[in-house]
Amino acid sequence: MSSEIILQLENLAISYKTRKNIINAVRDVSFSIKRGENLGLVGESGCGKSTVAYSIVNFLGPNGFVQHGNITFKGQPLQNKPEKELRQIRGADISMVYQEPMSALNPSMRIQDQMAESLITHRGMGKKEAYSEVLQALKQVYMPDAEGTMTRYPHQLSGGQQQRVLIATALLNNPSLLIMDEPTTALDVTVEAAVLDLIAELQDRYQTATLYISHNMGVVARVSHKVAVMYAGEIVELADASTIFHKPLHPYTMGLMRCLPDVDSPKGTRQLHPITGRVPSPDQLPVGCIFSPRCEFAQAVCLEGHPLLEQITQDHQIRCFRATEWQNQKPTFSEEKLAEPCHSNKIEPTQPLLGLNDVKVYYPVPFKTVRGFLGLEKRQYVHAVDGINFQVNKGRTLGIVGESGCGKSSIARAIVGLESIFGGKMEFVGLDISKPISKRSIATIQQMQMVFQDPNSVLNPSYCVGDQIAFTLRRFRSVPKNQIQSEVERLLLAVKLDESYYYRMPRQLSGGEKQRIGIARAIASNPGLLICDEPVSALDVSVQAAVLNLLLEIQTKQDTTMILISHDLSSVRFFSEDVAVMYLGKIVEIGDCEAIYKPPYHPYTAALLAAVPRPNPDLPASHVRLHGRVPSAVNPPSGCRFHTRCPFKIGDICEAEEPLLRHLSENHSIACHLTGDQLCQITI
Amino acid sequence: MNSQSIINQSKSPLAWSDLLFRINQTWKKIRGFFELLWASPTAMIGLAMVLIWVFLAIFAPALTRYSPLEQDYKNINKSPSAEHILGTDHLGRDVYSRLLFGARTILLLGPLSVVVALIIGIALGLPAGYYTGWLDEVIMRILDTFMAFPAILLYMIIISALGPSSMNVVIAIAIGGIPGIARLVRALTMDIRTREYVKAAKLRGDSDFTIMVREILPNCRGPLIVDFLMRIGYAAFYIGTLGFLGLGLPPPTPDWGGMVQEGHTHMMANIWPVLSATLAIVSLVVGLNLFADGLREESMRYQ
Repeated sequence: MSSEIILQLENLAISYKTRKNIINAVRDVSFSIKRGENLGLVGESGCGKSTVAYSIVNFLGPNGFVQHGNITFKGQPLQNKPEKELRQIRGADISMVYQEPMSALNPSMRIQDQMAESLITHRGMGKKEAYSEVLQALKQVYMPDAEGTMTRYPHQLSGGQQQRVLIATALLNNPSLLIMDEPTTALDVTVEAAVLDLIAELQDRYQTATLYISHNMGVVARVSHKVAVMYAGEIVELADASTIFHKPLHPYTMGLMRCLPDVDSPKGTRQLHPITGRVPSPDQLPVGCIFSPRCEFAQAVCLEGHPLLEQITQDHQIRCFRATEWQNQKPTFSEEKLAEPCHSNKIEPTQPLLGLNDVKVYYPVPFKTVRGFLGLEKRQYVHAVDGINFQVNKGRTLGIVGESGCGKSSIARAIVGLESIFGGKMEFVGLDISKPISKRSIATIQQMQMVFQDPNSVLNPSYCVGDQIAFTLRRFRSVPKNQIQSEVERLLLAVKLDESYYYRMPRQLSGGEKQRIGIARAIASNPGLLICDEPVSALDVSVQAAVLNLLLEIQTKQDTTMILISHDLSSVRFFSEDVAVMYLGKIVEIGDCEAIYKPPYHPYTAALLAAVPRPNPDLPASHVRLHGRVPSAVNPPSGCRFHTRCPFKIGDICEAEEPLLRHLSENHSIACHLTGDQLCQITI
Repeated sequence: MNSQSIINQSKSPLAWSDLLFRINQTWKKIRGFFELLWASPTAMIGLAMVLIWVFLAIFAPALTRYSPLEQDYKNINKSPSAEHILGTDHLGRDVYSRLLFGARTILLLGPLSVVVALIIGIALGLPAGYYTGWLDEVIMRILDTFMAFPAILLYMIIISALGPSSMNVVIAIAIGGIPGIARLVRALTMDIRTREYVKAAKLRGDSDFTIMVREILPNCRGPLIVDFLMRIGYAAFYIGTLGFLGLGLPPPTPDWGGMVQEGHTHMMANIWPVLSATLAIVSLVVGLNLFADGLREESMRYQ
């Protein structure tokens, strides 16, 4: 690593104009990135991470502007440069990789043309020459079938491949600075792991200075050398990666680490510690230390003065009055004890509540030809869920994990009746529930409720919070009419909000609060089965912990049976007793949670576990990586559906014969042709 | 008994606070609307132009000296004077008075026809967008046939079939507006029905009607309000056009379009009836469009 400083920000302050006033979104941000160095910028959403990145390339939009401070790129100030010069620097010397690969690529241009564009404009290359450069670049990012990809359109590539194209494009002109704004957030864990491997490798090879923005501590630990933690528009701690992850000093950094569920600890052994409160909006900053309202260790001095970012050791800057204290003695967080799970040692099988028998959910593919429209062609189906059996026992939680497109959400929708099933049978406490919701009795409907994923669409923006919960109460006549209001208030308290939330409108709530209201609405009918479809994946880490704790508390207190659908193996382990791993509409491994997370693994489970980003920069990259994309569910692969991507494929049998779920121990089944011993040898 | 009284005591303040909250909520909505208005000069100018006409229409009897129907054969086609502010027309009727009473007709018939179109358009668009499939195809193809006709031709066909009367003008303009409104509502519904609160409503077993009316329709209101205002502008314009073609309100009802039609044969002798009625139509239509445009721009600015 050379010592040449590529990018330097000094006391940068950025503001946005709004209808009412000017909002100072970012204040006093200073850091520098050397050649070959990767600086990770982490923090919750709304902390100004992306604003900093956009200010470097002057993409702040019509109402954003740099108020003061300097942005120096390779010794030259970037501000007040004419747009023409900036345009030459962008694309040639500074590149950016965005979060949404699909919207960053032009859907109507072939990959080779959009990639060659920057070579042709910035380096004046001819078309032929540019194409051969592009091919080289695609090979460098390990694009499978690079020649074929050249002439494809973006929609013909998978998300991971699109992100590879964007990274290849960003590296085409060999830029000095690469800005990556959450490049892996929109990707599946397995794909994310492969892309992170690639980023780490390219960094070593090209010595590009990188600004890496992420909300995920695990991801940053994987790629960054230095980490800057941002909070409400200011940097609160800046140090090299191992210091941040092993010896953090700022209470906010520590809080961010403590709220992560750990994929390595089983249910009940570790408690999640959410950071209370929320990030203040930039126009309502607290006086004194900006973190003081959420800080357990705030003292009088923290409420009065504003701490400065101070250098305490070489390479370690921190913005906290009590930093020197923490150096000598680590702060002890107050431990909040949750109620003991009432069934923690309940191994004896309880009564089955829900049973699925060979359930199939197929979606018809729209006809593309006139012949098909007239019914002359065989109808094709997306085999979203293709013959699934499982049971959920009363009082237990089943976690369903898998990549996107594996059919886990379709299962959830089928159980509650939002989707009609194509075949098979579903039973709920002995009642047949194979029919969709419009044909179910109100009593059955009441027994099954759902917690949804997207906090922004979970509540109807036209009604206040209390009314929406009351709709459910009125519908099921859970309480007499005159007690509805007090019952709503009780439910609000149950999800750790107070009565004053009754009259709040959804737009006045944060994501975590909306999700709590969604939970309150779901438990209002007092359901026997609660299905949570990715309940925390759209929330900030600090809030995720609080919502997971809340769900766990509801489960232990009310002994509700739950199904948790998630792509995040850490939260599933934190939350469930049983786990089912799904791949392309089939269950490949099912059993007791502890059995799933320990060898023997199904090869797919092993790959999923290996892909989980862990907040520890010293862990080496795993060798179990999946390549390629999930095959189409219209024509699923023959035999074992995983054989096209399986790193442990043994031969023709995998392609010819479909493996059946086979018992390895009492509460653990795997569908794989490998023998038990061979499965035991798979490590992650 | 004791517990009963406790419930009653706690019940009545609750009901009061509930009512207070609803009032407060409505007030906040109104205030938010006006804040939006203040921020947009375009919308303010548009609103002012419309409000002037509304004021003139409401107080027309107090603001005029002559009845709009009173004919004075001694004073035909007179230029503006102290007696007649905007002069008189070919029958000696006071142009100013006809203009103000004409505003009453147009400001009554315009919104009325759009409201009718809105109700029917919503009734067709909501189920089309919610159920999709064959119902959507049937409704939309029928409405497409209406859209295939140029608007003015459609109005002429309807009115020549039904005969000119204010009722029939409303019917014609309403029918012309239905396809557009239904399409807008359908598009909004197709988007909103995928939201998770709609799924939540299904999960509590709400009927399709309840879901459409309670969950989906209120969230269409933003675009619908803007569309509504724009359409009143167009309706005013078309009422004028129909009047000019002789298909509007039967004479001698004061009607801006009719004034242009009757006046244009005498235009060389007296331009005032034509000029004032034309400017009146233009100012009302432009005012409504500015108002709607300003609102739309301002509400989308900071998203």
